[in-house]
Amino acid sequence: MVDIAELQTFEHDVVVIGAGGAGLRAAIECSRRGLNTAIVCKSLLGKAHTVMAEGGMAAALGNVDPRDNWKIHFRDTMRGGKFLNQWRMAELHAKEAPARVNELEEWGAVFDRAKNGLISQRNFGGHRYPRLAHVGDRTGLEMIRTLQDYGIHQGFAVHMECTALDLLKDGERIAGVVAYWRENGRFLLLKTKAVILATGGAGKAWKVTSNSWEYTGDGLAMAYLAGATLMDMEFVQFHPTGMVWPPSVRGTLVTEGVRGDGGILLNNKHERFMFNYIPERFAPETASTEDEARRWLQGDKEARRPPELLTRDVVARAITSEVKAGRGSPHGGVFLDIASQVPADMIKKKLPSMYHQFKELANVDITKEAMEVGPTTHYFMGGVQVDHESQQSVVPGLFACGECAAGLHGANRLGGNSLSDLLVFGRRAGLGAADYVASMASFPCIDEAQVRQSMRRATDILNRESGANPYLVHEALQKVMNDGVGIVRSEADLTAALAGLEHVKRDVERVKADGASQYNPGWHAALDLRNLLIVSEAVARAALMRQESRGGHSRVDHPNEEEVWGEYHIVIHQGRNGMDVEKVRRAEPPRELAAIAYATLESLEGSNG
Amino acid sequence: MAKRIFNIWRGDATGGRFVEYHTDVDTGMVVLDVVHRIQAEQAGDLSCRWNCKAGKCGSCSMEIDGKPRLACMTRMDTFSPSATVTLQPLRAFPILKDLVTDVSWNYQQNKRIPPFRPRPRDADGRYRMQQIDVDRIQEFRKCIECFMCQDVCHVLRDHSRFDTFVGPRFMIRLASLAMHPLDALDRIPAVRKEFGSGMCNITKCCTEVCPEQISITDNGIIPLKERVVDRFFDPLMWVKRNLLRRSA
Repeated sequence: MVDIAELQTFEHDVVVIGAGGAGLRAAIECSRRGLNTAIVCKSLLGKAHTVMAEGGMAAALGNVDPRDNWKIHFRDTMRGGKFLNQWRMAELHAKEAPARVNELEEWGAVFDRAKNGLISQRNFGGHRYPRLAHVGDRTGLEMIRTLQDYGIHQGFAVHMECTALDLLKDGERIAGVVAYWRENGRFLLLKTKAVILATGGAGKAWKVTSNSWEYTGDGLAMAYLAGATLMDMEFVQFHPTGMVWPPSVRGTLVTEGVRGDGGILLNNKHERFMFNYIPERFAPETASTEDEARRWLQGDKEARRPPELLTRDVVARAITSEVKAGRGSPHGGVFLDIASQVPADMIKKKLPSMYHQFKELANVDITKEAMEVGPTTHYFMGGVQVDHESQQSVVPGLFACGECAAGLHGANRLGGNSLSDLLVFGRRAGLGAADYVASMASFPCIDEAQVRQSMRRATDILNRESGANPYLVHEALQKVMNDGVGIVRSEADLTAALAGLEHVKRDVERVKADGASQYNPGWHAALDLRNLLIVSEAVARAALMRQESRGGHSRVDHPNEEEVWGEYHIVIHQGRNGMDVEKVRRAEPPRELAAIAYATLESLEGSNG
Repeated sequence: MAKRIFNIWRGDATGGRFVEYHTDVDTGMVVLDVVHRIQAEQAGDLSCRWNCKAGKCGSCSMEIDGKPRLACMTRMDTFSPSATVTLQPLRAFPILKDLVTDVSWNYQQNKRIPPFRPRPRDADGRYRMQQIDVDRIQEFRKCIECFMCQDVCHVLRDHSRFDTFVGPRFMIRLASLAMHPLDALDRIPAVRKEFGSGMCNITKCCTEVCPEQISITDNGIIPLKERVVDRFFDPLMWVKRNLLRRSA
C-alpha cells in the first residue's frame, strides 16, 4: 500500500469535480474571487457532456418576442416541473439567465443572430415564447468551448483525465478528495476546504440513453456516501426523441429543435397523434387543429403552439402509448418529419448536425424522409439537495450545481433550461463556496484511514484473483433499470428491479478488471459501478414510494397526478442499515411567486411583467 | 455470421505490436462499437478514448486503415466484409497506450493564444452583429477538437515542427478571433511570428480529414496568410503605413 506521505498531493481552496458547463462556470467564479481552485475532469477538457447539448439555452431576453420576461419564464418552468420545483431556484434561474447569456457572449460565444443584430431565440417545448439562444444545433459545443477558452486564462488548475473516487471529511465538514489519473492509475490526494460537484446525472444506468460513458452518477454517489441528501431521484427525464435505428445508435439524441423548427410527429397511420394527448392544464395554450399549428409556425401571434412542443414528459409518454398500441414505426419508434414541413436548405442551415448524424449513422436524409425516433434516458431532475442561494448541501463545504443538484426542474425539465441552469447555478455555487471558504478559521485535517480505504477499494478490483467482468455487470445493471425503472413504472416492476439490483450488487462487490492500472477502461468501468448502483437504487426506491404520476415519473398503478403528493419531496440519505427513503413535506410557496405561477399569461406579458 | 478481423495496435510508449481480433459485427455498427465489443468480450484493458458516440465531442480519433477518422462515425458497412480493418493511434502525437495518444501539446498551444477581447457594448448594453458577419467564424467554431487536422499536418507529422507552428486547429481558432466582429485585438503580427502561419504550405490535408467539413485552408488559413502578407510584405501598404502615417 502507498505511503500517504508519498502520495501526489495538491492543496486548494476549492476543488470542482466535473468540467461541463456548470463545473467550468463554478471554477471561473471561484478564481474571480481569488480562490486557489482546481477542476477535475474524467475526460479531456472540452469533451464533457455539455458538448452534446443541441437546442439552446433558455433566457427571457425578449429579443424575438418582446412580450417575454422573467416572470413568464418562471411560470413556464414551474408548470413544466409540475409545481414540484424549488420556487426560489426557479425564480433565480429565470431572473439571472439573461445576464449569463450576455456574459457568455462577452467571453466569445457567437450565437445565431436575429434580424436586428441581437442574439436570436428559438421556440422549444414548454416555453411560451421563442426563448432559446442557440447556435444551430450545436449550442452545447459553443458553450463549453467558450467557457474553456475563457477559463484557461483565469488561473485555475485543470486536472484532465482524472477521476474522483471519494470525498474525505474532517468530522462533519469536507476535507479533500481522493482521485486517480486515468493515464497511469496513480492516486492523488486533493486537500481542499470546499468541493463543488458538477458531475451531471447517471443516464448510463440505462441501456437506451443519450448519455456518454462519463454519466455514472459519481457526484451523486460520493455525496450520498459523504452524508449528503439526495432529492427527487424518481424524476428521470426520458427525452421523447432519441434515434431508434440502427441498434448501435439507439438512444442517441435528436434535438427538440427539430420540433421547435417545425418538425411533426406521426404514427404509422400517418396521423399527427400529439393532438390526442394534450393535457388539460396546457389545452388553453396549445393549438387544437393542424391549421392553427401551421399558422403558429408561420409566425401568426394569435395562433397557439403545436402539440409537438408540449413538455418532454407528455411527448415521451404519448410516443410510448402509440408504440404500445401498435401504431409505431418499423423499429419501435414513431416518425419525426421535418422534410414535409421545412425547405431542405433551411433544414441544413438550422439543423446541420442532425442532418449529418442521420446521414452518417442511419443512411437517412432528413431533408427527404422522416426520422424514426423514440424515448431515451436523458436527464436527472433530482440530485443533491442544496440550499437555493449557495448551492450548499447539508454537508458543510460540499456544494453541487448543474444536473447533479436537485431543485430547479421539479418533476420535469424544460428543454433549454439545462444550459441556463449550468451557468446560473454554476456561478452561484462558486459564490457559495467562496463565502464558505472565507468563513473558515482552519484548514481541515485529512484522515489517512479514509484515504487508504478509498485506494484499497480501487486496487482490490485489479488484485483479485478472479471475479465478474465489469462490462457484463454494467450490462446486467442497465437491463434491470431498462426493464423495471423505465418510462412507465409499476410497483411490481420496481420491486423486481430492486431485487435485481441486489443481485447486481453482489457482482459489483467481486468485480475483477484484467490488466494493469495504466489507462485501463475495464478498471475504470469497474470503479464506476459502485456509483451507478447507488444511484439506481435511489431512483428505484424513490419511484416505488411516490404513488402517483407526475412529470418524468409515471406509474401505471397510480396513473394520475395527486394533489397531496405535490406537497412532498422524497429525500434519500445513507442510514445505518442501508438507504433511508423519506417523504418530506415542502415549505409553503412564497406568496408573490405563487401568484406569478398561477397567473394568466396576459397579465404577465411585456410591460405587465 | 462470419467473424470479422481487426488488427489493433496494442502497446505503450515503450513499444507495441498489432494484435488480431475476431469478432461479430451487427447491422449499423460503427468502428467504436467494435472496440467496445472487443473490450467486453476479449480485451478488457484495450484503451480507447470516447465520449458522445455521435460525432460531437471529437474524442475517438484514431487511424483506421491508415486514415484519421472518428471511430464513432465510421460505419462497418463501408468496408468490404472480407477486409481486415486496421486500428492504430494518431501518429503525430506520443502514444500513451493502445489507441490513446498524449494530446496535451494542443492544450498548451490553445493557452498561448490571447483570449477574446471584445470592444465595448452598444449604448444600451448589448452587442449587435449581423448573421452574415458571423457565418464565417461560426464555421470555424464548429471545430470539435478531434485533432485529426493536427495529425495529418505535414509540418507537425513529418517535420515535427511543434516549436514553430500551432497547426491547423489553432490557425482556425486564431482566424475565428481575428475575424470576430467584436474582437478588438490586433492578432496579425502574432499569427505570423508566434504561431507560424508561414509554415503552412497549403496542401489542404487538414481540410480533407475534418469531420466537421470546415474549409480550414481556404476559409481560415489562406485569409490569415493574406492578412499577414498585406501587413508585412505589400510594398504599397508598407509605404502607406510607415511613411505616410509618419508625415501625417
